[in-house]
Amino acid sequence: MHPIISIQNLSKTYPSGFQALKSISLDIQPGEIFALLGPNGAGKTTLISIICGIVNPGDGRVLADGLDIVTQYREARQRIGLVPQELSVAIFETVWDTLKFSRGLSGKPMDKAYLEQLLRDLSLWDKRHNKIMTLSGGMKRRVLIAKALAHQPRILFLDEPTAGVDVELRRDMWQMIRKLRESGVTIILTTHYIEEAEEMADRIGVINKGELVLVEEKAALMKKLGQKQLTLQLQKPLDGIPTSLADFPLTLTQNGEQLIYTYDEQNEKNRIAELLRQLSALHVEFRDLKTSQSSLEDIFVSLVEEK
Amino acid sequence: MNIHAIKAIYLFEMARTWRTLMQSIASPVLSTSLYFIVFGSAIGSRMAEIDGISYGAYIVPGLIMLTVLTESTSNSSFGIYMPKFSGTIYEILSAPISALEIVMGYVGAAASKSIVLGLIILLTARLFVDFSVAHPVWMLAFLILTSVSFSLLGFIIGIWADSFEKLQVVPLMVIAPLAFLGGSFYSIHMLPPLWQTITLFNPVVYLVSGFRWSFYGVSDVNVGFSLAMIAVFIVICLGIIAWMFRTGYKIKV
Repeated sequence: MHPIISIQNLSKTYPSGFQALKSISLDIQPGEIFALLGPNGAGKTTLISIICGIVNPGDGRVLADGLDIVTQYREARQRIGLVPQELSVAIFETVWDTLKFSRGLSGKPMDKAYLEQLLRDLSLWDKRHNKIMTLSGGMKRRVLIAKALAHQPRILFLDEPTAGVDVELRRDMWQMIRKLRESGVTIILTTHYIEEAEEMADRIGVINKGELVLVEEKAALMKKLGQKQLTLQLQKPLDGIPTSLADFPLTLTQNGEQLIYTYDEQNEKNRIAELLRQLSALHVEFRDLKTSQSSLEDIFVSLVEEK
Repeated sequence: MNIHAIKAIYLFEMARTWRTLMQSIASPVLSTSLYFIVFGSAIGSRMAEIDGISYGAYIVPGLIMLTVLTESTSNSSFGIYMPKFSGTIYEILSAPISALEIVMGYVGAAASKSIVLGLIILLTARLFVDFSVAHPVWMLAFLILTSVSFSLLGFIIGIWADSFEKLQVVPLMVIAPLAFLGGSFYSIHMLPPLWQTITLFNPVVYLVSGFRWSFYGVSDVNVGFSLAMIAVFIVICLGIIAWMFRTGYKIKV
């Protein structure tokens, strides 16, 4: 199975001299949800914009469903839908008219039944005769998604899909993205909401200063880089960490009432049991304990800081 | 050829005209009618004939051209500028559509509006002034060619402009003066020899002259030369647009 998107050594330098992308190579598989994470100005939108034809590519090559985005742009773009970050939509148009416009641009003949179903799926059917200017921000974003899907693309780019969207709508959006994936659409989303990537993505790419720092299965990434912590609430505060426990990466917090043991789950070999045994031998008693895992956000921050 | 896309852009732009009927059609028709009343009926009745044609009738082709030129330019420039301004240009750029198809959609719609407007003004003028059209087919041909060529110019302006001020500046500061000084209200033979020569550098002279010939069979410059000049103007505009799309000038970085 060939990748649905294949990016090969893609670079981009803007006329100002700013190098937005530095030899990016990335394959995205059909049917996956790929999240591209990165701080502001990292190159996420530039990457998407090049693939979609909004920004001129620099060196390198991009294939969409095996089609070169420059030399075979017609066929390639028919397979791609884009939901931009900004709420850029012709506000004086009705929902139905703007959808027809998008469908027409793709070169496909009108398909009323499909567009009706699309609007129904996005809970926009009742608003089809409304001018877009009368819709709420959330509705406008749904209209943008409907427009991106009007030509039945196989690949959907969502650039910060839930930026500025309230929590409830964000969850609706996630639900909808999952449904799209189930229908066979490959989703590539950029976000700086770590929670979003954690919730949605199969794989995660981290981009920083124009470089692809990492691409990894989300679960594997969390397992590989995620650190766990065991927190013990002590019965009596300790003045310091006992010298016999110096081998363990321990920290004392809350005036000696909380002992935190940080460990990598993968490298751990029964060290927790040993720690608890040694604490018992030292008569250090605890009244509560909990474990927690570092979030994707922690991983992301550490990766970006490393760079 | 992506016919569906051309049609989508064309219908989108035409829909904008129907939404803004007062501004797009009624307003230019009204202002041109005022010209006919003032210069045609009121002042015109006291003016001498030019080339054997009453002054009121003489200015009809020029006044139609004046409106068609300014409306073609502003319709087309506004049509492509608005998506740039609102950010919806992303949809055009990411669509499977060539530069030529984009131009056909936008310029086709702008030219269509101007042609309709020109014909409405032609009919309106008949209410105020008595005139006839000697070569109706050529009249239509000149109307179409003028609308297309100045819509192409408007498209260039729309891409070039990065503010509403710039969008207005060329139609107001360049097109309107050229139209006024291009023989809309007079024959260039009425000018001193030096000014006649200078006037020949004004492309509007050839449009007005050719258009007037289609009405009355008289022209300031040779009709064939007028057609050739319009063709040259169209080719230059197409060349500039092709360069703009090839380099991404003010559209893509």
